[in-house]
Amino acid sequence: MAEQTGEAVVKKFLYVNRKAPYGTIYALESLEVVLIGAAFEQDVSLAFMGDGVYQLTKGQDTRGLEMKNFSPTFRALEDYDVTKLYVEQEALQARGLTEADLVVPVEVVSAQRMAEIMENQDVILSF
Amino acid sequence: MKLGILVNEGPYTHQASDTAYHFVKAALAKGHEIYRVFFYHDGVNNGTRLTVPPQDERNIVKRWSELAAQHKLDLVVCIAAAQRRGLMDAAEAKRNGKDANNIAPGFRISGLGQLIEAGIQADRLVVFGD
Repeated sequence: MAEQTGEAVVKKFLYVNRKAPYGTIYALESLEVVLIGAAFEQDVSLAFMGDGVYQLTKGQDTRGLEMKNFSPTFRALEDYDVTKLYVEQEALQARGLTEADLVVPVEVVSAQRMAEIMENQDVILSF
Repeated sequence: MKLGILVNEGPYTHQASDTAYHFVKAALAKGHEIYRVFFYHDGVNNGTRLTVPPQDERNIVKRWSELAAQHKLDLVVCIAAAQRRGLMDAAEAKRNGKDANNIAPGFRISGLGQLIEAGIQADRLVVFGD
């Protein structure tokens, strides 16, 4: 699956986000990997499943938690050429959410389609 | 096969580090190459030499250090995650004005780029965590 373009190897990287944005640090530190990884010019996609879909919801207010609201960072991903964001339909539905509740444009996919997307990757980093 | 390893959980609380250790040992025994073991999230705590577990328990940190020495493993602790959690080598302690360092033998502190590079260079990147 990895493509050889000249000297550089371009692999398909998928970051799987499964955790709520706050409560644990996984979501924030996952985003840090995505941002650093962007410099490596790989073929990057992000997947949001389970409580991970909450990472993208609009209107997050973290002042009471004394934590940084990092949801605006997802809007900056486009500047890093990270534009493939897949959100699991079942996860949205189970939480009463729709695409309109999210801070960035995404592709909503079924769990089955998500499995196919995963199947096509070279590297999957699951957080 | 050339393998990259990612350990996302700290020692003792979670089994991820134990499982990663046994996986790495078994892979080496089968003749596979371990390109790098990268420690992220609370996984960075696998790299502190100040752990003193009870004598009748496995010493997770020492075990990693010994395996690294035996097989010249590249054990890399994420610098950003390490700074949050108080894991320092001498240079980082000095740079941040801290009075001590605690990194265990065989570990080194570096950036997240080392994780991405492991993903690119290794045939498989295997993630251990929740």
